[in-house]
Amino acid sequence: MDIFIQQVVSGLATGGIYASLALALVMIYQATDVVNFAQGSMAMFSTYLAWTLLGAGLPYWATFGLTLVIAFVGGFLIERIVIRPVENAPILAIVIVTIGLLVILVSVAGWIYSYIQKPFPSPFPAKPIKIGNIVFGAHDLGAIGITLVILLLLFLFFRFTPLGLAMRAAAQDPTSSRLCGIRVSFMLGLGWGLAATFGAVAGMMVAPIVFLDPNMMGGIQIYAFAAATVGGFTSPLGAVVGGLLVGVTENLVGTYVRFIGTELKLTVALAMIIIVLLVKPSGLFGRATIKRV
Amino acid sequence: MPALLEADNLHAQYGGIKVLHGLHFAVETGGITTILGANGAGKTTTLRAVCGMVKTTGEVRFDGRRIDGKATEDIVRLGIAHTPEGRGTFVSLTVEENLKLGAYARRDRTSLARDFLRVYQYFPVLGERRRQQAGTLSGGEQQMLAVARALMSAPRLLLLDEPSLGLAPLVVKEIFRIVRSINREEGVSVLLVEQNAAMALELADHAYLLETGRVVVAGPAADLKKDDSIRRSYLGY
Repeated sequence: MDIFIQQVVSGLATGGIYASLALALVMIYQATDVVNFAQGSMAMFSTYLAWTLLGAGLPYWATFGLTLVIAFVGGFLIERIVIRPVENAPILAIVIVTIGLLVILVSVAGWIYSYIQKPFPSPFPAKPIKIGNIVFGAHDLGAIGITLVILLLLFLFFRFTPLGLAMRAAAQDPTSSRLCGIRVSFMLGLGWGLAATFGAVAGMMVAPIVFLDPNMMGGIQIYAFAAATVGGFTSPLGAVVGGLLVGVTENLVGTYVRFIGTELKLTVALAMIIIVLLVKPSGLFGRATIKRV
Repeated sequence: MPALLEADNLHAQYGGIKVLHGLHFAVETGGITTILGANGAGKTTTLRAVCGMVKTTGEVRFDGRRIDGKATEDIVRLGIAHTPEGRGTFVSLTVEENLKLGAYARRDRTSLARDFLRVYQYFPVLGERRRQQAGTLSGGEQQMLAVARALMSAPRLLLLDEPSLGLAPLVVKEIFRIVRSINREEGVSVLLVEQNAAMALELADHAYLLETGRVVVAGPAADLKKDDSIRRSYLGY
């Protein structure tokens, strides 16, 4: 029983990280209708910037805040410079552009920082928290906490602010939004900026666990895709629940299904994507839009 | 009184295809002008040209100021509300959120609560359904929502693109009645594009008849209504 609970707990911990990257994916999808394959590598790049700032002697939380700001501006600029020119192209073209962006960011990071793994500090104490026989990593708990806080802020922003509403509108119907006086292109930029910010959070939470290297988000991005699909690409809450579900499931399956073990864990995520798409394509929390024609 | 909206020698094109060939028209302050014509005459394009949604040459003045060449969102912010062809409903947002978006670009947000009440007075059915997803509304209700959303922007000029399209005659009557009272009570000028010529001429004070991108007849609505030869050859009733 203890093993079971311990596996659930550590599943939740990794799930929290999948959740924050999934949040970023959902964010861009909500704001621009694009699935951003470069989300993970944008997060990785932000984390390298944080590493540079730390190396320059900045304290952790100052670095954390500054990185979020830089990531926001970076995301905004990427939308302006890279995505804007193909804005009206077919969706497939935009997806290919994001894949190109992924490759470029990984290569540039490798070129600047080399492919050697670097340690990245955690802001939380290294001492695990023990309740009975169950061990909680302080970093894991902290990462989940931060993800939940972001989710809450995001929810409040989209539900209750005029700017959040305008962003949702701009994503859904750009023409009508312009007729409401909404500056649509600015909203899309904001969406990318916000997503890059959450990505940066995910990156800084992942790096202490997997170490910093240009490919560190590769596998996590697939888990994040699984999380967003399971939860529903239209629902930020779904992304978080999906992330936790994927984390727990892969851990339990890895522990109890002998032939999967640790090597085939990633397959679990892919299998979950396929099952959800077959059974409930809009995901657990996704909303299928009703359209009258 | 000077005209609120004036177009001089207005041309418009989609890609290389010219759709409007030098229109002149005007909407008086406080007036209702209608543009009539068959399918493909360029009615919708005329409204889109006013709002900067197509490539144009020529002059468009709103309240004496040039607006041609400006971005749609900037034109809208000057006080022109456009209920587009197909109504432009945000289907997955609620009715209330749709209305909020109508008021998005307004600077004076103080009277917002009052405006919600007023809009729900004009359209009680929207008040009843304000928490409902807008995509679940009927066609007539969505058209009402489109007009209501336009009204939320506190416009000086309302552009209406075929509000009667695909709706039952009773619903059309209701919508026209509301447009008239918006015009009278709120002092909102209206530019109405319609295929339903009989109803539009009933409502409007000025009318233009469009044929393949050119104005072929212009004059007071009452005159067009009376002229039998125009009625038979162009308006088909």
